[in-house]
Amino acid sequence: MELLDFARGIALRWACALFVGGCLWRLVGVLLLPRRRDLAPPREGAHPPAVAALRAIVRHLWPRPNFAGSTLFATVNSYVFHIGLAVVVFGLAPHILFVRRLVGLSWPALPNNLVFGVGVLTLAALAAVLARRLVHPVMRMLSGAGDYLSWLLTALPVASGLLAASHLGARYETLLAIHVLTIAAFLAWFPFGKLMHAFLFAFSRGATGMRFGRRGVDS
Amino acid sequence: MSPQALFDQQGDRSEADRLGAALRGFVREFSVTTALHVESCVRCGLCAEACHFYTATGDPKYTPAHKLEPLRRAYFREAGPFAPLARLIGWPRAPTLDELRQWQSLIYDSCTMCGRCTLVCPMGIDIAELVKESRHAMFDAGLIPERLALMDRTAEQWGSPATPAEDLPDILHDIAEEFGVEIPCDRPHAEVLMTAAPAELGEHTKALAAAAKILNRAGVDWTLHRGGFDASNVGFNNGDLRLQEKLTRALVDTALQIGATTLLLPECGHAYGAARWEAARWYGQALPLRVVHMTEYLAELVEAGRIRLQPIGETATFHDPCQIVRRGGLERAARTVIAALGLELIEMKDHGVEAYCCGGGGGVVSNVRATALRHKVFEIKKRQVEETGARRFVTSCGQCRITLEMGAQHVNWDRATESLVELVADRLAD
Ligand code: SF4
Ligand code: SF4
Repeated sequence: MELLDFARGIALRWACALFVGGCLWRLVGVLLLPRRRDLAPPREGAHPPAVAALRAIVRHLWPRPNFAGSTLFATVNSYVFHIGLAVVVFGLAPHILFVRRLVGLSWPALPNNLVFGVGVLTLAALAAVLARRLVHPVMRMLSGAGDYLSWLLTALPVASGLLAASHLGARYETLLAIHVLTIAAFLAWFPFGKLMHAFLFAFSRGATGMRFGRRGVDS
Repeated sequence: MSPQALFDQQGDRSEADRLGAALRGFVREFSVTTALHVESCVRCGLCAEACHFYTATGDPKYTPAHKLEPLRRAYFREAGPFAPLARLIGWPRAPTLDELRQWQSLIYDSCTMCGRCTLVCPMGIDIAELVKESRHAMFDAGLIPERLALMDRTAEQWGSPATPAEDLPDILHDIAEEFGVEIPCDRPHAEVLMTAAPAELGEHTKALAAAAKILNRAGVDWTLHRGGFDASNVGFNNGDLRLQEKLTRALVDTALQIGATTLLLPECGHAYGAARWEAARWYGQALPLRVVHMTEYLAELVEAGRIRLQPIGETATFHDPCQIVRRGGLERAARTVIAALGLELIEMKDHGVEAYCCGGGGGVVSNVRATALRHKVFEIKKRQVEETGARRFVTSCGQCRITLEMGAQHVNWDRATESLVELVADRLAD
């Protein structure tokens, strides 16, 4: 019981503080850098910047047909675990209960069995990501400690959650405490590594969309 | 990377001084876009699938994101929001001078700044621009391929990497005689300041004569001028910002001095990147004249009915130069001219914004060290051209043309790479 109290209490509180503070610091730190104004006159008929940014955000959701072949596995697999994570995080009844206690918001839950199944699928997709990272020469070369840590801290909450849900390996309270601690670790690491792409992706794509939209290119 | 990686160095300076210059250069001008693009990479490696240097060789070191490694590490240590923390824990490590020497060939020999990788990157990162930023630091540190450094010094002195300004009138006179066309030089007033690519004053003189013939036929009030005649911007490719500004100002100031309302760029891709999209930054405001690429100008002349063309009536395929199409937005203009020439266009599998680079952009064509790599890349284009079954092979960038011609020569390929402006001049109707 003590471990669970610690996990739910001080550990999670500190992790949340790090998460919110760190994300804001990083986002604001980047967005406040000087903006280099593009002074070249836009091409006639070019989309306005906001439209160009939105178009790029949408366009990069899926590879162009010519690249689909070589990137299909990575793309589909990424969608599986991204959507899987969202379903597990926001669809599980105990998670919704937790959020309701915290901030008073709630929404209908998905059936437990379905979420469990999605959790297993998500973990499998994450395992495939790791395998690819370890085996594919390009990924292996690009990967550093931060990438493996990001992977680990994403996979651990899913794995520990599945264990807790199936009451496997230890007392439920202990499993739950471990699950909460892995989430705390995930939240604490989030702002420092590449997990930040969850916020940055839209800005990054949007910036490219604005740069090239002005030139009359849908990039 | 192999420890025996090729590198050149300029200047006689201490190692500490060189490294310091590079590190300062990497973080000197981080704008919000640059930072976002360094920050958001998820190390997924998908960009490799779009890069011709990777697809032609299968060597992972050519992965676009990997080329940015020194810039990335310098940024997180010196300029990112957590820089003090990064320095405190020593992660990521600062790039060493040896690493910068190793990365020289990745940043210069095996990136044409073509921008194809951006299309496939799930974060939409403009990797080509980040490679260009990396080149700024490498130039500051005197760490660029010697052939490019030589061109840099020559352009500094002559205003062109190949031709001294004082020779221009004589060269133009000779071209005018050879092709029987009038080429005005140094007129004190003209509406259009026409400029040349370096090769057009050497091996591609026909392209310059072709442009002259078309401008004369359309009744354009134009001139070339010693004050600013070579539009290829060596500074833009090399990472020499000071030279980039100097060469840009030579063109724009000369145009303004003769009262031109249009600065007409030759069939050269990087000239377009430098003058159309970057010139204004040196002036702090939009330029008071139009900057137009030859392809765009031809399309305008055709559409306005100022020139008429005799149809060729054959099939053709078109190589889209990266800087004027994927990074410049002139996909439609080229096709307008091709249609006006009565050519039936058969597109390559990858065309328009998605086209493969010729393999010679970003100064790689002049970088002798990269010759073998360029030839491997050429195979991609050769295959895609052959697959179309088209009779003619056309492009609208002299640098692409040189790259493709060299590739063809290397494997005895019997296809000529034709210039769009030359085709137009040859088919001018009365
Ligand atoms: S800009 Fe072109 S050459 Fe450079 S890394 Fe990207 S795809 Fe490769
Ligand atoms: S595709 Fe984009 S996000 Fe992925 S490694 Fe390359 S640059 Fe980074």
